[in-house]
Amino acid sequence: MADEPIQFFAKQKKIYPRRVWGRYRKIKWVAMIALLGIYYGAPWLRWHRGEHAPDQAILIDMSGHRGYFFGIEIWPQEVYYITGILILAAVSLFFVTSLFGRVWCGYACPQTVWTDLFVWVERIIQGDRNARKKLDESPWTIGKIYKKTLTHFIWLLIGLCTGGAWVFYFNDTPTLADQILHLDVPWSTASWIFGLTFSTYIMAGCAREQVCTYMCPYARFQSAMFDANTLIIAYDQQRGEPRGKWKQKAEYLARAAGKAIYQADTASLLKEAKTAIELQQSSGHCIDCDSCVVVCPMGIDIREGLQMECIACGLCVDACNSVMDKINLPRGLIRYETENKTPLKLLRPRNFWYAGILALVGCVMLYTLLHRLPVEINVIHDRNPLFVQMSAGEIRNGYTLHILNKTHEDRQYAVTLEGLDGATLKAETNHELQPDHLDVFADSVGQFRFFVLAPKQSNHRRDIRFIVTETQTQVSADKDSIFVGPNQ
Amino acid sequence: MVDPKKPVERDEISGAETTGHEWDGIKELNIPAPRWWLIVFLLCCIWAAGYWVLYPAWPTLSGNTQGLKHWSKYKKLEAEQGEIIARRGEFATKIKASSLAEIQNDPNLYAFAVSGGRAAFKENCAACHGTGAQGGHGYPNLNDDDWLWGGTLEDIYSTIRTGIRSGHEEARTSQMPAFGRDGILKAEQISDVADYVLSFSNGKPTNEKGAAIYKQNCVACHGEGGVGNRALGAPKLADAIWLYGGDKASIVRQITNPRMGVMPTWESRLPDETIKQLAIYVHSLGGGEASPPVK
Repeated sequence: MADEPIQFFAKQKKIYPRRVWGRYRKIKWVAMIALLGIYYGAPWLRWHRGEHAPDQAILIDMSGHRGYFFGIEIWPQEVYYITGILILAAVSLFFVTSLFGRVWCGYACPQTVWTDLFVWVERIIQGDRNARKKLDESPWTIGKIYKKTLTHFIWLLIGLCTGGAWVFYFNDTPTLADQILHLDVPWSTASWIFGLTFSTYIMAGCAREQVCTYMCPYARFQSAMFDANTLIIAYDQQRGEPRGKWKQKAEYLARAAGKAIYQADTASLLKEAKTAIELQQSSGHCIDCDSCVVVCPMGIDIREGLQMECIACGLCVDACNSVMDKINLPRGLIRYETENKTPLKLLRPRNFWYAGILALVGCVMLYTLLHRLPVEINVIHDRNPLFVQMSAGEIRNGYTLHILNKTHEDRQYAVTLEGLDGATLKAETNHELQPDHLDVFADSVGQFRFFVLAPKQSNHRRDIRFIVTETQTQVSADKDSIFVGPNQ
Repeated sequence: MVDPKKPVERDEISGAETTGHEWDGIKELNIPAPRWWLIVFLLCCIWAAGYWVLYPAWPTLSGNTQGLKHWSKYKKLEAEQGEIIARRGEFATKIKASSLAEIQNDPNLYAFAVSGGRAAFKENCAACHGTGAQGGHGYPNLNDDDWLWGGTLEDIYSTIRTGIRSGHEEARTSQMPAFGRDGILKAEQISDVADYVLSFSNGKPTNEKGAAIYKQNCVACHGEGGVGNRALGAPKLADAIWLYGGDKASIVRQITNPRMGVMPTWESRLPDETIKQLAIYVHSLGGGEASPPVK
């Protein structure tokens, strides 16, 4: 080692995680099935919204400028919901991290979930850790080529499904699925599918732990949410050290003691017993079996303490516990633990902050969602010219009105004006159009030009309000604007 | 450079190898970056080199390297504009072939004419009438309901086509006598008649002299009670809109030494379909009047 020239760039060391079974592995399988199930299955859910709207439960309709999520329907004007969702997602992540450490990384992050899936495929075809290692070291034979090709082929197939599911969120799923099966998809859709196929294959098949270690920004700034009360994976050094292969030694001692008893060699027996007691007193519970190391998907040794690579997946906990069970020692040599070694403390200032922000943003979003009106009005006051002097002495201002019909039926609206005495509202059009009979098609925006005529005001600028009322249901919305006249 | 033959030194505490660099007794540890990162970086360099060859990239003394693809934003813009112009062409032919009334009754054609007219207005008319057609001192506001020569589509169309006092053989023209400059009226008579003219709109009673002078000199064109006469382009004097100012001094100035606006003819400068679009646009601004029913 010491004679090798210095290396500024290191080759990725391939990690061969060994199969492991236990509580956390079980949670990981359940999480994986649930999350992948949601991802691949959600676009197929249907939700009836009437004949004028798509009946897909979750749909981002880019060309139609609509977002659908079950009973919720978002217009581009309401894109702040996305902001709200992103804030909620980010703060939830911080909150969970503050409480349970990197559980997101260990159980729910797509990088982890897909890597897990890919490793599972690898294991089914190429065998467990040792077999995979041996296969990699062996020369290229037909069998090796077959196994490797099959693995990569299935990886690509999974990637294709991943990319395929992604585009379903932006299109009508059954229609697009049919198009895909007939290889008749628009180029833009195909490029999304292939792009995600490729990225899934690269990230989960080849890059794996490199993503978490070198690419992921979240992994780097998570330490800001950590404190001594955050749950981390910890190796109990006091209990484990000094580590050693003492089980073998103990067996040897037991055999030696048995022999001494058989030979009635008291001196030897005493000596062996003394050594055994010394061994027991001097040895830690860690038998240095390396189980925790070989199962680690990040390729680290947790006994060296908390490391930035650790994604807190708990597989080393499962591995160690199963070893502890075998050698009749208590479980939990490696465990989820806080740095303070105290039970999880929920009442901490940072938790209040995170919970407070979550509650606030959540309430604001819920409020706006519950008070969402099926109609909205936007008013643009003409700026060039600001006002027009009419021959009879009145002042005229021009406005562009947008009436948003968010229902799925054609509706009729009436527009009225508030805050300006003696004002009349007149449509700017050659055709007959009354302010109290404005038709707007289902799920669309009606644009109308209106003039407001009013006597000269004492103020250069007056605040006025446009009110739009749906004639059938009397639901109304309003918008403030101004009426401008000449300077007196 | 690090001497490859020199054995790697290791940090005592962390066990990591050092780069051999030392500052004030502190040695730099070597934490190798991933090799794939280097590979990605090199691939990006190759990509960039390819880009330099294919696309405009490096500045030269006279401009920049053109690249093998001869791509430029101007060419892209030209192509895109070409498409738009081709699409516009259909509408332009349609507008050329249609009457003003037909354009007005076809919603698509009407919308196209209004936006085309708006663009043409900004290029050709805004210098005098303002970008919002709001006019100015001596230049009529086209948004209001006061028209010197008529506010129907046909009136506006012919005003744009032939102009006013433009020298075009069909142009409408008229002249207001210079009552003061030519000595037709004396200064106090002008003052009296100005008061009388103002009384049409402000309602204040004036002396009989002004009324008599008005009857003698002004009523022929401006009409009884200052209603104006569109056939002559004589402005309405009984309303709130004044082209050259509505205070007494301005009115006295106008009677003494009248100014009369000139509008150029656009027939020879703009194609007929553009004039039609301009007429539709100006008519749409809010003061447009309905055409009389065709008999």
